[in-house]
Amino acid sequence: MTAPLPEAPLLEARGLAKTYLTPRTAFRPPGRVAAVAGVDVTLEAGASLGLVGESGCGKSTLARLLLRLVPLSGGSIRFAGQDITDLSERAMRRLRRRMQLIHQNPSAALDPRLTVMSAVAEPLRIQGIARGRALHDRVAALLAEVGLPGDFLHRHPHELSGGQKQRVCIARALALEPQLVVLDEPTSALDVSVQAQILDFLGALRRQRGLSYLFISHNLAVVRQVCERVAVMYLGRIVEEGPAAEVLERPQHPYTRALLASVPRLGVAGVAAAAPGDPPNPADPPPGCAFHPRCLVAEPACRTTAPALNFARGEDHRVACHVAARRGLPEMTETT
Amino acid sequence: MADVLPVEAASAGVSGGRGRKWRLAAWLLGRSFSSRLGLALVVLVVGLALAGPWIVPYPDDVAGAVNLARKLQPPSAAHWFGTDEVGNDILTRVIVGARLSLLVGIGIMLAAAGIGVPLGILAGMSSGRLRETIMRLTDMFLSVPGLVLAIAIVAALGPGIGNAMVALVLVWWPGYVRLAEAKALSIREEPYIEAARVAGASRLRILWRHVLPNSLSPLIVKMSMDIGQAILAVASLGFIGLGAKPPTPEWGAMIAIARGYLPEWWWYALFPGLAIYLSVLGFNLLGDGLRDILDPRSHRG
Repeated sequence: MTAPLPEAPLLEARGLAKTYLTPRTAFRPPGRVAAVAGVDVTLEAGASLGLVGESGCGKSTLARLLLRLVPLSGGSIRFAGQDITDLSERAMRRLRRRMQLIHQNPSAALDPRLTVMSAVAEPLRIQGIARGRALHDRVAALLAEVGLPGDFLHRHPHELSGGQKQRVCIARALALEPQLVVLDEPTSALDVSVQAQILDFLGALRRQRGLSYLFISHNLAVVRQVCERVAVMYLGRIVEEGPAAEVLERPQHPYTRALLASVPRLGVAGVAAAAPGDPPNPADPPPGCAFHPRCLVAEPACRTTAPALNFARGEDHRVACHVAARRGLPEMTETT
Repeated sequence: MADVLPVEAASAGVSGGRGRKWRLAAWLLGRSFSSRLGLALVVLVVGLALAGPWIVPYPDDVAGAVNLARKLQPPSAAHWFGTDEVGNDILTRVIVGARLSLLVGIGIMLAAAGIGVPLGILAGMSSGRLRETIMRLTDMFLSVPGLVLAIAIVAALGPGIGNAMVALVLVWWPGYVRLAEAKALSIREEPYIEAARVAGASRLRILWRHVLPNSLSPLIVKMSMDIGQAILAVASLGFIGLGAKPPTPEWGAMIAIARGYLPEWWWYALFPGLAIYLSVLGFNLLGDGLRDILDPRSHRG
């Protein structure tokens, strides 16, 4: 048993990149799409990091890179002090019990032909942890832990509700007693009333088991509830990173402000259009800062030079913005 | 009472779940008249094939006894389907022919699926050169009309029921590759495949435990329909003299000879023809019915 050094982070990625080649067609040559372009991620054991951003900003790709589910185009990953960047598929399969993924849509993440019993037992069987009677008891205990009645064991996914299916997926992930759980928008496919239950449950679970979460979401309120730290992604890069309360109360990057402003609030008519336009085409990103075409405070430098992720407010809060780094943005006003 | 309840509920959940599934399947199959008809015809053909040698009225006529005294008699109480040009009872030969046709139909289907399904799933799960090779080879076979290619192959190998089967298998497997590949292609993008990888499953396990079972429904439907089509194809080869040789009681070969006795001795061609028609119809209708059962949407609806 080689225990990792106590000070080593559970997960540490440097310069992660994923470039997809678009297929050659009759009309254009093959192009390159940088889904993730040089991202650093550090996750301490027992901590929870929220990853927010619009659809298509590379959040899910980043999650799959970190779990080595898609091949890397660049960068390195260390898990519990071990370099897993070039680990073979076979070696990764053994390591999988320590890192699990919860999918966005539980209806699609469960094999429709497997019963709840088989679905939850599958990881235990694969990793050779339990069999026979012990396997059955273990699965029953897991179902109880996620709050499902024991007679669900022999049901099929289509007989369960969305929230129940997500609980089955959570039981499946917990079966291997992982240290790291990546949650890819775990509640966005669920009814609003069920979302809160699942979020509370996930929070309690983390405290009880001392899990580390990488929590992907486009819902800032959800991230605030579950995560201690938050990283904001835009077009394959992290543009702001810091303690959740700090980033969400005093956002420094114009894009983070736009995200926060776009959350509808009681008492405010309509939604503030803080970031006009759509995200640019990742196959043809704008030069300089990728956000400058939509940015309200952009300067000439933003059109030519990409800003680095530098410290802004204090040691802990970093932002990739020329304007914010030099003079800071004015405090955000509550209503406009 | 209270502490007994969960156990009862759990066991009721097991048997109730399974029983309900079977009842649902029976209901779905029995719901439409055509599925019931298909099932009845298939049961009839299979029953005759199994019981054949023991229930036929004139067992001597199976191998082709010559009894010219009673040749070409019309249907009567003694010979329900009449007799042929050498005095053999046509009912006897049609019943015994069911066994051959069914064996050949099932054999061709199993061999074609046995070659095509693994290749198709392999192609669907892989990418690059392996997939290209398999699929272009498949396309090559699919671009030639099946029966024409089969005729060419039998002509090269020499006529006979065995060679006819080999030829039909050779032209039949590409259909399974296409279907299995399309299914595997869509299934490999399903999140539950990624979920299996996250659990640490190997490629082989994912193929065997997730991709194959989830590809099976359309394949089973195709298999049922293909038994009927293969029966028809073998009869066609027999008809043009490339399949079973005449003393063998094979439906297609019987019609080939009976053709010369039309229209005056119509029963000679009619009854083997009806046998082909009804068995092909049966397997096709059953295939349609199975499609209704196996389609997951019909469960949820």
